[in-house]
Amino acid sequence: MKKLINSVDSVVVDALRGLAAAHPGLRVDTENQIVVRTSGPQPGKVGLVSGGGSGHEPLHAGFVGYGMLDAACPGEIFTSPVPDQVIAASEAVNGGAGVLHIVKNYTGDVLNFEMAAELCAEEGMEVAGVLVDDDVAVQDSLYTAGRRGTGATLFVEKIAGALAETGAPLAEVARVAKEVDAASRSFGVALSACVTPAAGRPTFDLGEDEIELGIGIHGEPGRARSAMREARELVGVVMDAIDEDMPISGDNLVMVNGMGGTPLIELYIVFAEVTDYLAGKGARAARSLVGNYVTSLDMQGFSVTVCRLTDELTRLWDAPVETPALRWGR
Amino acid sequence: MAGTELDTALFAAWIEEISRTVRTEKDRLTRLDAAIGDADHGTNLDRGFTAVTQELAGKEHDSPGSLLALVGSTLIRKVGGASGPLYGMAFREAGKALGDVSEVSVAELSTALEAALSGVQKLGSAVEGDKTMVDALAPAVRALAQAAQEGKTPQEAVGAAASAALAGAEATVPMQARKGRASYLGPRSVGHEDPGAASTALVLDALRTAVTR
Repeated sequence: MKKLINSVDSVVVDALRGLAAAHPGLRVDTENQIVVRTSGPQPGKVGLVSGGGSGHEPLHAGFVGYGMLDAACPGEIFTSPVPDQVIAASEAVNGGAGVLHIVKNYTGDVLNFEMAAELCAEEGMEVAGVLVDDDVAVQDSLYTAGRRGTGATLFVEKIAGALAETGAPLAEVARVAKEVDAASRSFGVALSACVTPAAGRPTFDLGEDEIELGIGIHGEPGRARSAMREARELVGVVMDAIDEDMPISGDNLVMVNGMGGTPLIELYIVFAEVTDYLAGKGARAARSLVGNYVTSLDMQGFSVTVCRLTDELTRLWDAPVETPALRWGR
Repeated sequence: MAGTELDTALFAAWIEEISRTVRTEKDRLTRLDAAIGDADHGTNLDRGFTAVTQELAGKEHDSPGSLLALVGSTLIRKVGGASGPLYGMAFREAGKALGDVSEVSVAELSTALEAALSGVQKLGSAVEGDKTMVDALAPAVRALAQAAQEGKTPQEAVGAAASAALAGAEATVPMQARKGRASYLGPRSVGHEDPGAASTALVLDALRTAVTR
């Protein structure tokens, strides 16, 4: 398997070096492996810190900037950051109004962020956390580690980021972050497994006519293997799973997200089917994103995330944002 | 080593042996993880124990307890994922339980391993049967406690613990995972050995190697 890397051990740091070179609005601390805004902590503004394994680009470092995150701590490929990274990021963005940790519900992310939050609090920092768990593919979640955090992470980061930018207090920013998570549902499909640089081969084997339904974002297999079929039918499976969990209605924020290896033309085909499905429920995508936002390296596939909108959430979604991977209105 | 007590050098040799065996078994652990997780367990542990080896190199250590505590905090700082905090906590709690004694008896080792287990369970809230590292660690703790009660030598006691861990890891094959990444697979997690239990068995086997050397 061919990869454009220098060495397996330096993948993350080498990528961060490029990110820093390409985006002067970001400061990259390669020693602590964190990415922060060049503008530094804003006095009186809640600092937003998100992080998780690398390999999901542009998540998270691509969402650092005005109106969204203050810092990202990317761990090794598909491996959560260590507490030291989270602490360094929190200290770098604390402008005195406290820090919000945005954490995806994966055991490793939860444990490392929890440890970091405890240590930050011991140092007198005000810290709140939101756990993103939007993946409806996880059934019987009482008997598992709970629903995974996937595409809704971007929604939480954008909407909480917009509110933080207004100078809202930590409790308010945390409240809206939790509201976005509660209003969001996702489901993902893989047409192929991804190849991590360390493993050098696909993490699972999928036959030419097979797909994985209900994947997370770490290249792990999903809840069931199934036969490949046309986009319309696949979207039906995905949207039914979401609708079953949170009946679809009204105005929604909808993301059709590529897993890294799917061309845009296919993602737009999927989005067309999603809008038809919504129309069939008397609902619509009032706001939308189509593209590669929460990826799994070179995996082929897509996920759909639906967030039921309120006036407040719409207004915050529309607020200006200026990051490497998401920018409008400014 | 034929004494009835285990000294700091023995614990240092144990950690060295873990590093060596994790490096050798890295690919197997990653393959186990690819089947039901996200294919990085071997890589992550190897990164952690490589950092531990660097951290320990050329340093004098006062006691087995402080050595293990340093191993634990290094793993927490370097590994990430779930295995970093869980293994880090295990070594740190074991180190704390040993205190500053310079030589460790089988009974003290048993208490330390118990502390490691309870640290892991507190953090990960897993119980036996969930298909996690606890399924290897808990039987090892029991075997060691029993050996201590029966007044076994360190070699016999550690041997019993290592064998119990290995059997515990093998027993995870038919289980359905209820914790960690594998839990998302539901019934599809059945038929694969848990990578965390497998690496725990390696860690205890490394202790057996160090003690019988």
